[in-house]
Amino acid sequence: MDLYNEARKRKLEFTTRRHFLKKCSTGLGGIALASLMGPQSLFAKGTGNKLAPDPLPHFYPKAKRVIYLHMAGAPSQLEMFDYKPKLEELHDLDCPKSLLEGKRFAFIQGTPKMLGPQHAFKQHGESGTYVSELLPNFSNIVDEVAILKAMHTDEFNHAPAQLFLQTGSPRVGRPSIGAWVTYGLGSENENLPGYMVLVSGGKTPSAGKNAWGSGFLPSEYQGVQCRNSGDPILYVSNPDGMSRDIRRKSLDAINAINKSQYEEFGDQEILSRISQYEMAFKMQLSVPEVMDITKEPEYIQEMYGTSPGQASFANNCLLARRLIEQGVRFIQLYHWGWDMHGDSKATSLNEGLTTKCDEIDRPMTALVKDLKLRGLLDDTLVIWGGEFGRTPMRENRGGRVMPYYGRDHHTEAFSIWMAGGGIKGGLSYGETDDIGYYGIKDRVHVHDLQATILHQLGLDHERFTYHFQGRDFRLTDVHGHVVKDILA
Amino acid sequence: MAKQFRSARTYTKMMSLFAGGLLILTCSCTEEKVDFNAQVRPILNKNCISCHGGVKQSGDFGLIFRENALQETKNGKIGIVPGHPEKSEMIARINHENPEMRMPLEREPLSKEEIDILTKWIKQGAEWQEHWAYIKPQEPEVTQTKSGWAKNEIDHFILNKIEENGLSPSEEANKYDLVRRVYLDLTGLPPTPKQVDDFVNDNSAQAFEALVDELLASPKYGEHWASMWLDLARFADSKGYEADRGRHIWKYRDWVIKAFNNDLPFDQFTIEQLAGDLLPEPSINQLIATAFHRNTLNNDEGGTDNEEYRVASVIDRVNTTWEVWQSTTMACVQCHSHPYDPIKMEEYYTSFAFFNNTSDWDVPAEHPLLKEFEAEDEAKLDEIKKWIAGRSTASESGKWEKFLLVGEPKLRPEDFEEVENVVHYNRAGQDHMRVYDGSYVKIKGVPLQDIDRIYLNYSQGSKDLGELWIRADSLKGPVIGKTTLTKTNGFTNIPIRLTNHPGTADLYFQFKGRSDDYNGSIDGFLLGEKLPGDKDAEYQRVYQEIDEMLNAPFKNTTPIMIEKPETHSRQTNVFVRGNWLVKGDEVSPGIPALFTSEETGFNNRLDMAKWLVSDENPLTGRVMVNRFWAKLFGKGLVATVEDFGTLGDYPSHPALLDWLALRFSGEWNWQVKKLLKTIVMSATYRQSSKVPAVAMEKDPDNKWLSRSPRVRLSAEQIRDQALAVSGLLSDKMYGPSVMPPQPDGVWTVVYSNATWNTSEGEDAYRRGLYTYTRRSSPYPSFITFDAAGREFCLSRRINTNTPLQALVTLNDPVYFEAAKNLAKQIREVKGDKKAKVEAAYDKVMGKMPTAGKTDILINLLEETEGYYKENEAEAYKLTGSEDLELATLTVMANALMNMDEFIVKN
Repeated sequence: MDLYNEARKRKLEFTTRRHFLKKCSTGLGGIALASLMGPQSLFAKGTGNKLAPDPLPHFYPKAKRVIYLHMAGAPSQLEMFDYKPKLEELHDLDCPKSLLEGKRFAFIQGTPKMLGPQHAFKQHGESGTYVSELLPNFSNIVDEVAILKAMHTDEFNHAPAQLFLQTGSPRVGRPSIGAWVTYGLGSENENLPGYMVLVSGGKTPSAGKNAWGSGFLPSEYQGVQCRNSGDPILYVSNPDGMSRDIRRKSLDAINAINKSQYEEFGDQEILSRISQYEMAFKMQLSVPEVMDITKEPEYIQEMYGTSPGQASFANNCLLARRLIEQGVRFIQLYHWGWDMHGDSKATSLNEGLTTKCDEIDRPMTALVKDLKLRGLLDDTLVIWGGEFGRTPMRENRGGRVMPYYGRDHHTEAFSIWMAGGGIKGGLSYGETDDIGYYGIKDRVHVHDLQATILHQLGLDHERFTYHFQGRDFRLTDVHGHVVKDILA
Repeated sequence: MAKQFRSARTYTKMMSLFAGGLLILTCSCTEEKVDFNAQVRPILNKNCISCHGGVKQSGDFGLIFRENALQETKNGKIGIVPGHPEKSEMIARINHENPEMRMPLEREPLSKEEIDILTKWIKQGAEWQEHWAYIKPQEPEVTQTKSGWAKNEIDHFILNKIEENGLSPSEEANKYDLVRRVYLDLTGLPPTPKQVDDFVNDNSAQAFEALVDELLASPKYGEHWASMWLDLARFADSKGYEADRGRHIWKYRDWVIKAFNNDLPFDQFTIEQLAGDLLPEPSINQLIATAFHRNTLNNDEGGTDNEEYRVASVIDRVNTTWEVWQSTTMACVQCHSHPYDPIKMEEYYTSFAFFNNTSDWDVPAEHPLLKEFEAEDEAKLDEIKKWIAGRSTASESGKWEKFLLVGEPKLRPEDFEEVENVVHYNRAGQDHMRVYDGSYVKIKGVPLQDIDRIYLNYSQGSKDLGELWIRADSLKGPVIGKTTLTKTNGFTNIPIRLTNHPGTADLYFQFKGRSDDYNGSIDGFLLGEKLPGDKDAEYQRVYQEIDEMLNAPFKNTTPIMIEKPETHSRQTNVFVRGNWLVKGDEVSPGIPALFTSEETGFNNRLDMAKWLVSDENPLTGRVMVNRFWAKLFGKGLVATVEDFGTLGDYPSHPALLDWLALRFSGEWNWQVKKLLKTIVMSATYRQSSKVPAVAMEKDPDNKWLSRSPRVRLSAEQIRDQALAVSGLLSDKMYGPSVMPPQPDGVWTVVYSNATWNTSEGEDAYRRGLYTYTRRSSPYPSFITFDAAGREFCLSRRINTNTPLQALVTLNDPVYFEAAKNLAKQIREVKGDKKAKVEAAYDKVMGKMPTAGKTDILINLLEETEGYYKENEAEAYKLTGSEDLELATLTVMANALMNMDEFIVKN
């Protein structure tokens, strides 16, 4: 927090608390205390964070919350959304030199072969959107979503590209978009963190916890990772043998001692600590409650294809909906394992990719449908995508033929989809060339996507800044344009 | 342009008659002279700089450099005409009646006073003055205070400001609070009840000073202050990015602890870390010190471009150096001139040039490494050293030791002049060349008068035989060395003896093979200097041993900095718009013109390091005393400890800052212990932290220090303290980082089979700074309490206060175990509940609780007791014992360790 904001915060807290202490003489320890205690940014109620530089939001938001489904490893757009019949004709021919000159690849060396789409495409919905056979369920909701086909990025390695997508910079140290958003807008539920992260696929993404870090923002804005086993949030459970009743009694004692400390020293921060302990006590109830997906009826479990007790993408989609209902501001799902280079069966476009698509097709479709049924889709922005795309060439690592069909990392073209939160449905936006190598129309850069997400939340990406080490930082650095054409 | 700027600078230097370098100029003019820094700069910064700065110069008008402001602007008018406000467009525009023309645009007009100041300033000649921080500190006058409150000079500076602001200083803290404060501040740990008693019962006048001396001499002092430095050094036990594999760099951490404990003067501390390898005959410790800048991230991800991430590391080294020593934000200047400070873009790259010539290059093995041999080889090394020393000099022997321990400088693919028929694998975390029959590489300028063998670092998995011929001068020149290439066990140094060839020559390495398949991979060549003692009978044997040592296994390594040889130094270019792929003009090492009038004389890192701690440098002393001050008081004299630039905060006590800085670099000889002692001995430091009502009204942020601040302990301190008061803390020092218990499943990093192997025995209870730091998965409770992630240099941790922190100290098994352990000791205390409450509180806080707190705790014991009597099974679950009292005492101990007063320094 910069000093100006710190001073503002102090002053605010000072007034609020002094008022509180004068009016409230019945003693501390009551559960109602916390909600009276006022502005604590992490769990602050309402839409405006009093710490942020401008009055926020800058303008009326279309979306109040975000669910970001990040497919870590980068799925192949050419097998899922970007249909290229021409590429099929070129299959197995040498890649023309002109496509390789001056290009930097992760693994391709020498002259690779062109690789035709490995799965069949069909048109769906009123919009006639092309979707491949790998996503039969998703094909039914194409009229709800906008598919952006000419996305591009600057980074061709996983960790830097994931950081670029989530923090606006390929190097570690910048706040993630979820941290920015909770810094700016706070949370709608004071008993849950405003920014939560769910991980499936067996691994955290390449960028690790930096993908949901708070960078130079205060650590309270970092994403809180929900765990699949043990405590859903670290240390939320009391030690064995300490009942909630005993915890209450011990908190009463802690708060009473802290209050007498306050009376002696007059330090406002002590009052803040008392309120934080009360919030912690409430979280101990609300977190396990919201994380328990077995409370959902059978037909919902069926719709998502959940497997309670396991770390699955389906479970996480359902959890995301439950968290959204509770007013969590920003939820990220990371699903690992999309890096189809073709060096083994599990990383082939024919088998590995099919398995991956099976894992996500039903739950992500269910999530959009379920949000819509509950009237939440209008103000919840759902985004799906990877950190970059895949080459139309077949990977030839070290100049050799790979054992299976796979594609290398590609920055120039990839597809993502967005739904809800004021985004047009049934839209295919942007075009790539005949082989899906370059975007040729309506290209959208990663910074443009970030600007657009902030815009839907009522934040102007050029004005939403944080002063650190002598300069004002933005999520979008000095770039980014809101993609107005996809807004409803 | 730089020249003009410098002449302006000389002018301000001539005018430097101000006390403390910061106060208003006195002038014999009839009208009082406007002070640029105090009066004009704040107006420009607030209203003008964002559009008319160093980067954005709307209408071709910029206010960072005087010459820009005096130039013709886009509309043909002149922004500032010195001496003539009536001709200056700037004055016309701030007075303009039309809101669409008036500056600043779309904002409130300037006040009459502000306009008057600017007008007067232009009339007086519109002279710029350097920002205060860029003017060397001047010896300030100490205005003695008379109340008798002051204990040393610091207090005069502080008290004067306190009184100017209508406040009065606080009384001295009670002895109990004071002793806990000074223990936590100097050693990071709380005192034991006995240590408290010793101090409280010592009524001599020297009691406090004796205690301070004792604490500064404690080995725990170095451990505590190392934590602060390790944040700046971005020290961690892993490399960052995707797989985030481990890095053995803990010897650097130990070096920092020892440097603090030995009170290594800060100038030496600086030089060894930035350029220890460039010192004449560097010691092993001085090489380890250079690991400071090997704490940059290393990207092992498959398919990454090594050069891209090498460049990223160099950029980080530039930014970190400028932030740590100068609190100057160079990162901006990477892409364009500084928006607010007079630093130009090319000057970023002159800084870059200092750091661009080290031989590390983002490969997974992290070369260059300082090896530590197994005991047997260590003995062999000693023998070789002795043998050489006996036949030449100790210095020659030291050089060979370094050669064997580091194996540098190696000439690698980037140093090859010509290559033919090779495939360079520089992706997927590797960097070597595959060679085939007919391949050759050329290395220029090898000094054969000094070199008599070359080591080929080579790997080949098949049995195919090949050969390497080394020719001098040309591809057809004389063959001066030859070797056969056989199967190796990974990369191996193969010695090739050279025949005599006069002078310096270009060498051609020709590879010949028997099959079409490749002959193997080469990593580089190591040049072997002639060994002294060639007349000795044992000469061949020693040479043989040296050859073997170069391939010997080792038990540990530390990445260090090694400069590339001059014959193969890297060229540095400006990166156009900051893009490393687009190279602009070539630059050589240098310091921004702002800081020095010398045009030349800076060649390498050692020159830069020496400049940082020289009398010429206006910032280092101030920046460092401010960092130490901030650690003790929770806030610096310059609150923006990381930014002393134009947009940073103005010092609250400029004269005190200069006074401390001049002492630190002068009579205290850069000794940190002297600095810290002076500060903690002051009356300012010893004040009570109670907040008087009047101070709360007039100075809620405690800018004027009329009381001691209450500061929350750091992440490491909070854990260390819980372990200490419960008797669990180990005082073992140094060594590899440890893995105390953490919840399962925190480490699930891709492409990495690294696991958190929970440490056993006392290693589970070491101080926090020994905890293994994996960048992608930091130790959970530390990160919750705002510890640095260690990905980048962090000057200031921001203390937050969140419910997740409460959950840590309430429920983290580490803290709960501490509570249980404390409860076990309290159970042995004889007496009633009151006696036990008092004993427990004393253990935790080093004093007796107030009657009110005692009652609260007794009440908690009674309520808990009632519950566990009815729920005996629960009590058993809590402690693993049927003893109900242990359960109730555990609940109380857990509560004690969550008291605000425990987590905060009073």
